[in-house]
Amino acid sequence: MAAPLDFEAPIIEIENKIAEIKNMSSLSDSDMQREVDSLQKRLERVKANIYQRLTPSQKLMVARHPERPYTLDFIKLMFTDFLELHGDRLFRDDQALVCGIANFNDSPVMVIGHQKGRNTKENIRRNFGMASPEGYRKAQRMFDLAERFNRPIITFVDTPGAYPGIEAEERGQAEAIAKSLMMMAELTVPMITVITGEGGSGGALAIAMGNRVLMLEHSTYSVISPEGCASILWKDASYAGRAAEALKLTAQDLKELEVIDEIVNEPLGGAHRNHHQIAHNLKTAIARHLKEIKSLAPKQIFEQRYDKFRNMGVFAE
Amino acid sequence: MGITDFLLEKITKVSSQKKDMKENIWSKCSGCGEISYRQEIEDNYQCCPKCDFHFPVSAMQKIDYIIDPHTFVEFDTGIRSLDPLKFKDSKKYPDRIKAAVKKMDMNDAFVGGMAKINGREINIGGIEFGFLGGSMGSVVGEKITRLVENAIKNHRHVITISCSGGARMQESILSLMQMAKTSAALAKLRMEGLGHISLLTDPTTGGVTASYAMLGDVIMAEPKALICFAGPRVIEQTIRQKLPEGFQRSEFLLEHGMVDIVSHRKRWRKDITRVLDFFGYN
Repeated sequence: MAAPLDFEAPIIEIENKIAEIKNMSSLSDSDMQREVDSLQKRLERVKANIYQRLTPSQKLMVARHPERPYTLDFIKLMFTDFLELHGDRLFRDDQALVCGIANFNDSPVMVIGHQKGRNTKENIRRNFGMASPEGYRKAQRMFDLAERFNRPIITFVDTPGAYPGIEAEERGQAEAIAKSLMMMAELTVPMITVITGEGGSGGALAIAMGNRVLMLEHSTYSVISPEGCASILWKDASYAGRAAEALKLTAQDLKELEVIDEIVNEPLGGAHRNHHQIAHNLKTAIARHLKEIKSLAPKQIFEQRYDKFRNMGVFAE
Repeated sequence: MGITDFLLEKITKVSSQKKDMKENIWSKCSGCGEISYRQEIEDNYQCCPKCDFHFPVSAMQKIDYIIDPHTFVEFDTGIRSLDPLKFKDSKKYPDRIKAAVKKMDMNDAFVGGMAKINGREINIGGIEFGFLGGSMGSVVGEKITRLVENAIKNHRHVITISCSGGARMQESILSLMQMAKTSAALAKLRMEGLGHISLLTDPTTGGVTASYAMLGDVIMAEPKALICFAGPRVIEQTIRQKLPEGFQRSEFLLEHGMVDIVSHRKRWRKDITRVLDFFGYN
């Protein structure tokens, strides 16, 4: 189990107590059950209390929780017969971004998503979910495949951002992201995007131009990380908490700003506590949106997406 | 991907250079340190006669270097930024905008419109770095999108001139969405069989590079301009190494296949004319 989040201490305490009681042999079965039941009730109350009042920084910690379900977890829980497709045909296979074909409620779809690792070894392989140009170019191949064979695309966004490294710059990180945006804008097949964890800037947007964009309840999405924002505007990364407030990066903020279409509820205490529950909630939501978009003609699907992003922005005239 | 410190330095540098130029008949080059007559620099498209260092100039000046004289008709001058996020760091966002409007005498960081090149109509626009580091928020994104949509309506090619610290942090997610919006508009332009020439000037970074600016059918870069996605400081912090000389400059991008031409200011009009001739006119 990963290190618990600070603000979860009261939850962990009760959870430990429950485990302790269950291990005590001195209590009779009925006594134990009574104790456990009452603690369980208290646990639910405490969880609800804490999770209904998360600050933006705390939400960011939940969004980055190492036990949070990642793309491959969602694929396992929501799709069948996943076949991963590798490589950009130009340079290499970027494992920070996974792609493949799968069945969603028995019909074929293309799945694309960032992939983080749960330990150091995995994270080196996955580059902490930060894709390089070859990752985005692999996604472009998949956009093209889906378009040609008229299959819907479902994308899962969970990245700190596109990788800021020498090689990534040399191979055109900016061009790779820009081209992806243009290709998504051209699609005539349905595309549903889910922000599952961290929606980090251009690296997130590069696979996030869905006809519908959903966010999990405790996920975040912003133009820059609060740490990056703080070090530029406050000249001090320790102001990240204030930057997180200012950036309006929670799912609730983004729904209010009309940038996303729906917030998908997480199980009480966060998606990391129950992968099956969140997968169930999300699958239901995706199926509903997909059905609506599928009912449109290809030209309408293209126009709907264009109008959606065309109308984003707030200004006076 | 937002504005990094070096950009703030750059703003100060730009304004101090402007002051120098106004007050003296001599100017010292920030590139080679040589001193030249101001008039001589001006005649050389604000480039150092000794080393060709490109002094920063305004977006409007860049447009004027390219188009037929007095043919520019500006679009959408009335669009202004709001503060949808109620953003506040050391200053409130509306105060930053107010100061920039006063300093630059323009409503936001983009100037665009129609003009003629050799008598033929095109749509052209540029980002003004002096206005909040040329950052792209809702207004810049909207103006670029309208420039492109107007070009589609009137069947004209589009020229964009970039100079930006990236997406505007003070509008967070709404700024990010301008990347999607401008790129989608260019997708439509492409479907209509019209061309986009993207001219990258010093500096072009972050969310601007990673959207419409790298989507030119032909991409031109000013010599020695910084052009990147992640700024040098961010990369140095990530890899904890010093970056090689010339990294992320125009010539580096040319070598790595990321731009078509590195073009001196005095060649802009000529090179753009060649490309427009290739695109053809109706």
